[in-house]
Amino acid sequence: MRVVERPGVTGIQKFYLVEVVKGLLVTLGHAVRNVLNPSGMPVIPYPEQKKDLPPTTRGRHRLMKREDGSPRCTACMLCATACPAECIHILAEESPDPKVEKLPAKFDIDMLRCVFCGFCVDACPLDAIRMDVPEIAIAGYTRDSLVYGKEFLMDHDNKDIVPQYNPPRPVVWTHGPHAKP
Amino acid sequence: MMDSAQLFTLLNITVMTVIMWLTPLQFIPFFIWLERKGSALIQDRIGPNRAEILGFRLFGIIHNIADVIKLLMKENITPTNVNRLYYLLAPFWSMTVSLLPLLVIPLAAPITVAGHPIRFQAANFDVGILYVLSITSMGVFGVILAGWASNNKFSLLGGLRSSAQMISYELSMGLAVVGLLMVYQTVKVDGIVEIQGHLLTVAGHTLPLPNWGVFLQPVGFILFLIAAFAETNRNPFDLAEGESELVAGYHVEYSSVKFALFFMAEYSNMVAASFLISTLFFGGYQVPFASTEELLQHPRAVLTVLCLLSAVGGAFFGILVSRRAEHQERLQPGSRRMESSFLKALGFGKAALALSLLACLWMGLLPAPEWLPGVLAALLQTLCLLVKVLFFCWLFVWVRWTLPRFRYDQLMKMGWKMMLPIALLNMVITAVVILVQKN
Repeated sequence: MRVVERPGVTGIQKFYLVEVVKGLLVTLGHAVRNVLNPSGMPVIPYPEQKKDLPPTTRGRHRLMKREDGSPRCTACMLCATACPAECIHILAEESPDPKVEKLPAKFDIDMLRCVFCGFCVDACPLDAIRMDVPEIAIAGYTRDSLVYGKEFLMDHDNKDIVPQYNPPRPVVWTHGPHAKP
Repeated sequence: MMDSAQLFTLLNITVMTVIMWLTPLQFIPFFIWLERKGSALIQDRIGPNRAEILGFRLFGIIHNIADVIKLLMKENITPTNVNRLYYLLAPFWSMTVSLLPLLVIPLAAPITVAGHPIRFQAANFDVGILYVLSITSMGVFGVILAGWASNNKFSLLGGLRSSAQMISYELSMGLAVVGLLMVYQTVKVDGIVEIQGHLLTVAGHTLPLPNWGVFLQPVGFILFLIAAFAETNRNPFDLAEGESELVAGYHVEYSSVKFALFFMAEYSNMVAASFLISTLFFGGYQVPFASTEELLQHPRAVLTVLCLLSAVGGAFFGILVSRRAEHQERLQPGSRRMESSFLKALGFGKAALALSLLACLWMGLLPAPEWLPGVLAALLQTLCLLVKVLFFCWLFVWVRWTLPRFRYDQLMKMGWKMMLPIALLNMVITAVVILVQKN
């Protein structure tokens, strides 16, 4: 076995005991500082305090609504197609409004499969789905409770966590009844 | 039929044996807490602080109870192709052997109460320290049995590495102690501790230092310390159980109670090593600059010191709790008020009690039975020993998070090519100096 000498190591450092004592003083300094001043530690006591998320964090999904309360989504299946984890399942239905083609009857996102990539948000032409709810710790007790349905995703008000940021998304509607000429 | 003196001696030995058997078992939860909380504080994080009983978190000590419950409720698996006798024997062997060295450690100087001599040492063998060295040699068996009987290549490798490391460093440990024995001229442990009560005398001059082993044999102390780290398989010598190297080394196939026994045996080994280092090199129960006779002659001073220490300790604890409570209030108002107030009351109440006892003492209100000086001296000496042992327990945790792990070849090279020659040289130089001093 060939032993390679480390460069830049002085004789006293090789003796190691002096370095040991220096190292011990460093760690003791940390320990004493943290006992006397516990609020100086770079620690956030979760869940009493949560970290501030950057505004472009991909959090939990939510479905946006029009002014009359119906979903913006027209079940065009672009998000379901774009999703790499195949976790969005949409069932379309007739819309009572003649200007709107379809509405989703079922809009299920299986959070157990979701990889939080944000492709569904990028794919949607109507700004109907956003991932801006600042909830990143998603948990449930059963598998069924983690398949989010349309009512849950459209219910923005009844949550402990309210979406705090609505980043302006430049939506360009080039076709359809709302296209700007 | 034994007369009353012999009965008393038998009772003494029995009580001390039970105490010295229970001592490491009481140290273990404290040590586990110290390790987890101490490591966290060194690493700039908080450590365990969530498990609670009736609203009391006690800075994370309750986590030990949770650990115990978890370890006991795990599934007790015995793999099929193991050598059943050795597999089941290994954890019990490790645990028993780790409890044995403490029998010879004296907790305080022998006192006489109502005509009966009380020794605070469970067993005063004539071979003394050699008993301890032989017990630590037996500790290697637990590792070898566990590694071999587990029918697992990783644990075999871990067991072999660990046992090779342990026997290499036992040599240096023994030789480091030989120099000490030459200086103290006795092998019996109570003689070693007793002789450390005087002041250091070098070449006819009496220095203002206690006659501790660390001043007489500094090289021996360092060698013994390093060997103790290696014997207990503790960082920086923990390659046998290094989590990133060998899964878990020789105790990977053990679950539930058997793993709990290995776990406890490791901490018990560390407690025994701390006791040994403090007894051999730091004067054991001897209070620095106050030998036993002086303590017996000044019981008022002893009680004053005890009360002041209690008061300072209680006040310090109360202050720490109030600072912690302020911190908690800022984060989550009203959350830990009950516990904080209780602990603050405990700390400051103890301080107040100690100070009032001190006041009663100095106003002459306390009765003075004839056994009081002896008991007070023993109390102070035991407290002194505990402080030293706690310092070395903290040292074990402290070094763990300071030094990186040694590679196996570095370790063996250090044990055989560096520490053994230094230990022999230390022995020779000590012998030469003693001979020169005699002439």
